Amino acid sequence: MSRPEHCVFSDAANPRHTERALADLRDGLSQWRLALALARLDLRNRYRGSVLGPLWMSLSSLIMLVGLGLLYGALFNLKLSSYLPHLAVSLIVWQWIAGFINDSCATLTSAEGVIRQMRLPYTLHALRVAFRNAFVAAHSLALIPIVFLIFGQVPGPEALLAIPGLVLISINMLAGGLLLGMVCARFRDIPPIVANAVQLAFFVSPILWKPELLGNAMVWMAFNPFYALLETVRGPLLEGGGPPLAWLAAIVYTTLHVVLAGFLFARFRSRIAFWV
Amino acid sequence: MARICAEGLRIEFPLYHLGARSMKKRLLGAASRRVKADAQNRVVISALSGLSFTIESGERVALVGHNGAGKSTLLRTLAGIYEPVGGRLTVEGEIGSLIDPAAGLDPLSTGRENIRLRALYRGLDAEQTAALEAEAGAFSGLGEFLDVPIHGYSAGMSIRLAFAMATAVQPKILLMDEWFSAGDAEFIAKAEARLEKLVTTSEILVIATHDMNVVKRWCNRVIRLEAGRIVGDVAGDAQ
Repeated sequence: MSRPEHCVFSDAANPRHTERALADLRDGLSQWRLALALARLDLRNRYRGSVLGPLWMSLSSLIMLVGLGLLYGALFNLKLSSYLPHLAVSLIVWQWIAGFINDSCATLTSAEGVIRQMRLPYTLHALRVAFRNAFVAAHSLALIPIVFLIFGQVPGPEALLAIPGLVLISINMLAGGLLLGMVCARFRDIPPIVANAVQLAFFVSPILWKPELLGNAMVWMAFNPFYALLETVRGPLLEGGGPPLAWLAAIVYTTLHVVLAGFLFARFRSRIAFWV
Repeated sequence: MARICAEGLRIEFPLYHLGARSMKKRLLGAASRRVKADAQNRVVISALSGLSFTIESGERVALVGHNGAGKSTLLRTLAGIYEPVGGRLTVEGEIGSLIDPAAGLDPLSTGRENIRLRALYRGLDAEQTAALEAEAGAFSGLGEFLDVPIHGYSAGMSIRLAFAMATAVQPKILLMDEWFSAGDAEFIAKAEARLEKLVTTSEILVIATHDMNVVKRWCNRVIRLEAGRIVGDVAGDAQ
């Protein structure tokens, strides 16, 4: 039996889009325990029978970090002591964001079996994907302090600013989970387009390279939402806060993203069960 | 008091990934009643068209009709899964759905873990979770298998677990897709007794079925669906 629901009321002539989308959001967030449990199950099932299990995620990040660090450090002629901490933060935050974006295309389609059988808030599925990817990222997170220790990079108290940065990224993920989940359920050509865009974004965002390398062209970086979001975590940890322009851009992009996702979710929420 | 009220209820399934235009033309070409174009010129299957009915407390309704008549769609709409594109639907009272008791089971988790997961789906607190675990665990009769991942269960065992979890609460409105019968003889007897209690204590039962014995034994009203419309609505003489 599904969750008790004391009253179902729908009226096609008065669909109350916004009210019901907000109720969905509220109910979904209040069921965070379920989302957390499902996300943990997803990971446990993914690594079932594996000896190292989720440690593979840390290990593959480490290999990537060392490999790319040595190669691009030499290519860009940078000192490893300044390049590797930059790369560690950038790469790990980027892998979190990129993994989430690719995963979120299936937010709703992968929950098809449950969506068609039980009345559940759609926000719950977005929350599940967000938690799942946060767990994955947490496995590589330990690499950042290790690299900092090795190269004697000690962030000051402004490192605490990384917390609002992480909050901004998380808000984007909740919005993105719903937005991409919906669009990808309706239009099945979107996931490969997204995958390509994410790959391109990896090269045009300052992850392998430092934004300073751009020189005067750096002002244009603010137009790259990934740069802005990366900077809200990297700035506090590495550069004593990060440029105000990047923070402003990150807040503007997040607002736009939330407004767009909220609008589409409110408008098309009732259609999702027919799309998946 | 539980009550269901539908006025002009309409559900349409869009056919999005049709591909060629010729296919669309052919589907729409024949003077079809079910496949049609909606306001935005999309091809839709009209699953339920203009249903109006009221079900009051105390009514046990059988939905009958051929495959594809719209019985399951109507059940899912009553459960709040599909939202109508036309008309109004009001359902007052806590809904329990036995439409697919196995939905949401995690095959790699043990029976006990699945019971706890189900408690989370229902939003139960710690005390209620423990109660569900004890109750469903005992009723399923799985014994030591309760701590084995359910992908190692036989088909009958997983149905027993799903049934035990689904029927452990008492809703006001009970939605069922076909009468439940699975498991060995002993379990069928136990399940029948439990279902009987559920059905008799719930205020409203809506069951989609092909089995006229179920209709005769349990229902006092029969709604016959055909091609997404109500073609008969009679008070039966059951009970």
